[in-house]
Amino acid sequence: MILTNLEQVPGRTIVEHYGLVQGSTIRAKHVGRDIMAGLKNIVGGELKGYTELLSESRDEAIRRMVEQATAAGANAVVNVRFSTASITQGAAEILAYGTAVKVQ
Amino acid sequence: MELLVAFGLIVLAFFTGRFAENSHYKRIRAREKKWHNVPAVSASSFPLEAPVEKAELVHGSVVVSVDYFKRVLMAFRQIFGGEIKSYAPLLDRGRREALLRMKEEAPNADIFVNCRLETSAIASSNRQNSLSCVEIIAYGTAIHYKK
Repeated sequence: MILTNLEQVPGRTIVEHYGLVQGSTIRAKHVGRDIMAGLKNIVGGELKGYTELLSESRDEAIRRMVEQATAAGANAVVNVRFSTASITQGAAEILAYGTAVKVQ
Repeated sequence: MELLVAFGLIVLAFFTGRFAENSHYKRIRAREKKWHNVPAVSASSFPLEAPVEKAELVHGSVVVSVDYFKRVLMAFRQIFGGEIKSYAPLLDRGRREALLRMKEEAPNADIFVNCRLETSAIASSNRQNSLSCVEIIAYGTAIHYKK
């Protein structure tokens, strides 16, 4: 599976379009991480626990998107976009979407 | 007593925050030097120096928070309005760090095209005050030329 955020796959030609595919996940932070983050909030800097959590969820969202594309019979996803929205306090939705295509 | 604790936290945050910021900038500069020859561009078209062998999606993200001292400054700033200078280094650091992490995902790439940066505020639980931490994500396509 080729993933790219360009409009086409460089060096290949697109032979078929399968439309939009997407994957999303909503994650809540757990208490342990929240307490650590609370302490870190005083001194500032990177919150490693949250970074890890969000990148794990992003990988999960990508995996779900790829799954959908595979089910449609595609072998590449182009024009991939990410978005993050915090829906309630302590939870975030991570969304990945793109266009499933078949390339030669 | 409570006032004393708050004051103590501010002083602590001032020193630790400053120390963390300086050492982080030092690390960022060293890593940016290493990546000097591999540009990350935001355009989707790029100079085709050779046939493309592989294109892959890469991304890097970071969650950063501002220290307590700067948050107090921010609270004062909100009374008078104007630019919040103390928050600029935070976002600058986050963005550069995210870009570097993105690049580090494809160590052998020749160019990174169509790079996008996105910032989103993440609400910290049971805390009312404004911006507590932000997530910055950088993503793009790593291009490997045929050698």
